[in-house]
Amino acid sequence: MNTAAVPLAILSALVLVGALWVVTLHNLFRAALSLGLVFLGIAGLFICLGAEFLALVQLLIYVGAILVLIIFAIMLTNSWQRETLPASRQRLPAALAALALFALLARATWVLAWPAQIPGGATRLKDLGLVLVKTLVLPFEVISLIFVVVVVGAIAVAAPRKGQS
Amino acid sequence: MAVRTLVLLAEALFCLGVYGLLTRRHAVGLLLSIELILNAAALNFVLFSRVFDQVAAQAFTLFIIALAACEAVVGLAIIIRLTRTAQTIYADEATVLKG
Repeated sequence: MNTAAVPLAILSALVLVGALWVVTLHNLFRAALSLGLVFLGIAGLFICLGAEFLALVQLLIYVGAILVLIIFAIMLTNSWQRETLPASRQRLPAALAALALFALLARATWVLAWPAQIPGGATRLKDLGLVLVKTLVLPFEVISLIFVVVVVGAIAVAAPRKGQS
Repeated sequence: MAVRTLVLLAEALFCLGVYGLLTRRHAVGLLLSIELILNAAALNFVLFSRVFDQVAAQAFTLFIIALAACEAVVGLAIIIRLTRTAQTIYADEATVLKG
């Protein structure tokens, strides 16, 4: 194991443990916080893979916006939660199904001929920007359209109707 | 660490998300699991962009992050509406559509 592999191993362990907590913890607030742990680990992995800009975006959008939004939702709906209820159902069949899926995926990808080492070097931000406004300009514009639809739709769905509290 | 191990990590993350989707009863818990799945996809995109030296894959990671934000916003709006209409936050108790 060379020196570059150590941070990767630590970050991978962080991501795995965090993801396990996300799906198993009974307290949903703690599950959301461990989701933050997963996001941080993934951002670290992005840096190790030479995608520093994406790591920053991951931190800004995921940890800064999505996680805060989810925590808001947990607090807003706190009064509907009943602590006595079990947090999950059908655990054994679900675990079996997830394990079977993992075995299938792992078996499919393990036999492929991967490069022994991750190629070094970092992505130049200029290249990424050029791809965004040249090759992928249509998806880029569609994303902005989706943003508008999402904002209007979210307000329309969540806003109280007339005559309703 | 080889590329193979990181692919396995992304697969494990995806399967944990699927497990969470199947078991969680709380509606926000389902959203958390979906975020896990989307992160697994993003990790794969970034890994393959490095392995195959394709910058466009990173642009797709940006799209994934943007769509995850949209999904979270719409999901939370639906959940807030659900608590008002169905008087519950648990996904398996929301049986408003049942005749």
